[in-house]
Amino acid sequence: MRIVLHLLRKEFLQVFRNKGMLPIIFVAPVMQLLILVHAADFEVRNVHLIVSDMDGSSTSRGLIARFNASDRFHVDRIIGGFPEGMAAIDAGDADALLRIPAGFEADLRRKAHGDLMLDLNGVDGQFASLVLVYARAIIASEQVHIAQHMISGSRAPAPPVEVIPRFWYNLQMNYKNLMVPGLLVVLVTLVAMFLSSMNIVREKEIGTIEQLNVTPIKKWQFILGKLLPFWFIALFLLAFGLLIGKLAFDIPIEGNVLVLFAFAAIYLWVVLGVGLFISTISDTQQQGMFVSWFFLVIFVLLSGLFTSIDNMPHWAQKITWFNPVSYFVEVVRMVLLKGSGPAQIAKQFGIITLFAVVVNGLAVLNYRKRA
Amino acid sequence: MKTFRAFVKKEFLHIMRDRRTLLVLFGMPVAQIILFGYAINTEVQEAQVAVLDQSHDVRSQSLTNSFFASSYFVNAGPLQRAEDIEHVFKEGKTKLVIGIGPDFTKDLEEGHARIALIADASDPNVANILVSYASQMITKWVARDPTKRMPELVSVEHRLHYNPEMKSAFLFVPGVLTIVLMLVSAMLTSISIAREKEYGSMEVMLVSPLRPILIIVGKAVPYLILSLVNATFVFIVARALFHVPMNGSYLLLVLEGLLFIMTALSLGLLFSAMAKTQQTALMLSLFVLMMPTILLSGFIFPTSSMPWPLQVISNVMPAKHFIIILRGIMLKGVGLNVLWPQTLILTGMMLALLAISVKKFKVRLQ
Repeated sequence: MRIVLHLLRKEFLQVFRNKGMLPIIFVAPVMQLLILVHAADFEVRNVHLIVSDMDGSSTSRGLIARFNASDRFHVDRIIGGFPEGMAAIDAGDADALLRIPAGFEADLRRKAHGDLMLDLNGVDGQFASLVLVYARAIIASEQVHIAQHMISGSRAPAPPVEVIPRFWYNLQMNYKNLMVPGLLVVLVTLVAMFLSSMNIVREKEIGTIEQLNVTPIKKWQFILGKLLPFWFIALFLLAFGLLIGKLAFDIPIEGNVLVLFAFAAIYLWVVLGVGLFISTISDTQQQGMFVSWFFLVIFVLLSGLFTSIDNMPHWAQKITWFNPVSYFVEVVRMVLLKGSGPAQIAKQFGIITLFAVVVNGLAVLNYRKRA
Repeated sequence: MKTFRAFVKKEFLHIMRDRRTLLVLFGMPVAQIILFGYAINTEVQEAQVAVLDQSHDVRSQSLTNSFFASSYFVNAGPLQRAEDIEHVFKEGKTKLVIGIGPDFTKDLEEGHARIALIADASDPNVANILVSYASQMITKWVARDPTKRMPELVSVEHRLHYNPEMKSAFLFVPGVLTIVLMLVSAMLTSISIAREKEYGSMEVMLVSPLRPILIIVGKAVPYLILSLVNATFVFIVARALFHVPMNGSYLLLVLEGLLFIMTALSLGLLFSAMAKTQQTALMLSLFVLMMPTILLSGFIFPTSSMPWPLQVISNVMPAKHFIIILRGIMLKGVGLNVLWPQTLILTGMMLALLAISVKKFKVRLQ
């Protein structure tokens, strides 16, 4: 045990001696969290809508006013029709074009029916479908207004079925509540994986690994001494990030933080083990970092952080079973947002523990005390 | 000139020798495009939905069946009591609960039935889309009963332009191309120069008869060629696998690509002047370059939804302008008459960065 302590001391000295790395390890991730939470946001705001109002009636003006009143839409009116509107979408000045045809109000009066046309820039599919959801909601609420004011009561009955939506766990529909915990997971994973994957290979590259190999240090002592410092750093980063999330973004903490840290403690061994494994198969730091970058990108894309795993095809969902990041993203959201307890995350606990044992076993087996 | 050629050859050998890095450089963009094209789906499908039916009669059963007739919803099983809602949400699989009250049929006859749509809004967008889908299905179900039909006052027809099937590959291919160019040009260049410093071979080169400016150019040329080859490869894979459209001019695409590569190379040179070790160069490029590039360039998240300070920052990202250019040329088929502002901005950035990095490149190490 004393040998491990000496090794720990050496590693900590090396980490804290490097004045260039310290701010990168601690300050950069926090800055990222503060800044990127505002960026990593699928919430739809500031939609540039252009309206081509060929009707010019009080009804069409009422509809435009309702779009204007919504904080999601910036409305610009244009004189022309479809060609001018599409030109604006082509140039990227507008996201959507709403066309109100001439005779819209008259049709509503005579036939109790009017048509609207909405052209959307579909390059970003999710953005477009959310714009459609919001635009339909605004038009639907204006429709109730039109029915009350224009059409006599007998012809516009109240809807027979009233739908009452309830949004749980996130009443303000605040996207940050979802993204802060998820981004925190990614940042902690990133730091832990890069530091561990570049560590042993660095000793190889500089040549100091040979000196370590001729000492009586045992394999497990060496690896424990290598990984423990990063384990502490990553856990500290998680605590620090949670604190900032609470102070800066007031993210909800419904569940028990201790459950979260217990999970993180095991999860980090998986990440460090993967980093260690990469480190043992690499010859240079550049290789180590590119290979870990490769795995991280795939892990993060398939983690359900940005796009829900439920939307993926079945074969991709099966791949996510082997993705440790997806379990932590899931657990962090369950514990923080919904207050899930140990009983509800027992399955994830079991799987991640199994991963930790397998990955570290492989890494230790693969590490040979040879140059 | 002969020494210069030899120097470029040495750099090429360095690159070609490191098979693992090359494999990642060519394998990763392909893996990303395949994931974005096949796996990453922003459209909500097969969401787990549970029904809390307290009515248990023909009408409520018919409504329940109509929900699961579509591919959007999958039945997560019936719930017995209202207390179960919290339980299934905490387990995490169920995203929406449809609540039908005990007097549903009677209320429906009297024209004031109510249906509760209880959504797990920890992901607000998914919740919004699910509630919107469910409401539309309820409206359709009601419309099947002619006595209950409510005339639809205003109907909205919509059309999605450029990408009618909402394929995410179309959106992401320009982004992946940009990231690849950034990775090879900026990150690899800065790390390779930092490695020469770490190994001490930089001093050897600086005392060689080669002029410093030629050392910089010699470092940059191989990575420029590697970037071009890599980007062409990704482009061909994307075209072959996903039929990503190419509506604009190829010449313009290549020229704009070169402009962006030059910008990224200048950035890489600037970073290498700041970093002494590979690790620092790596962390710098990762946290100052890659993450902001991915997140602030409009690659995944639309810049228009960001708060204004971030929109200002995003304008400083060369990648943002390049992605606009790529999407413009490939998806919309527009030319320089539309894209001249972005081209001008990139040119300005490139010249400024190049000037700074050449000035900062130290002939002496200490």
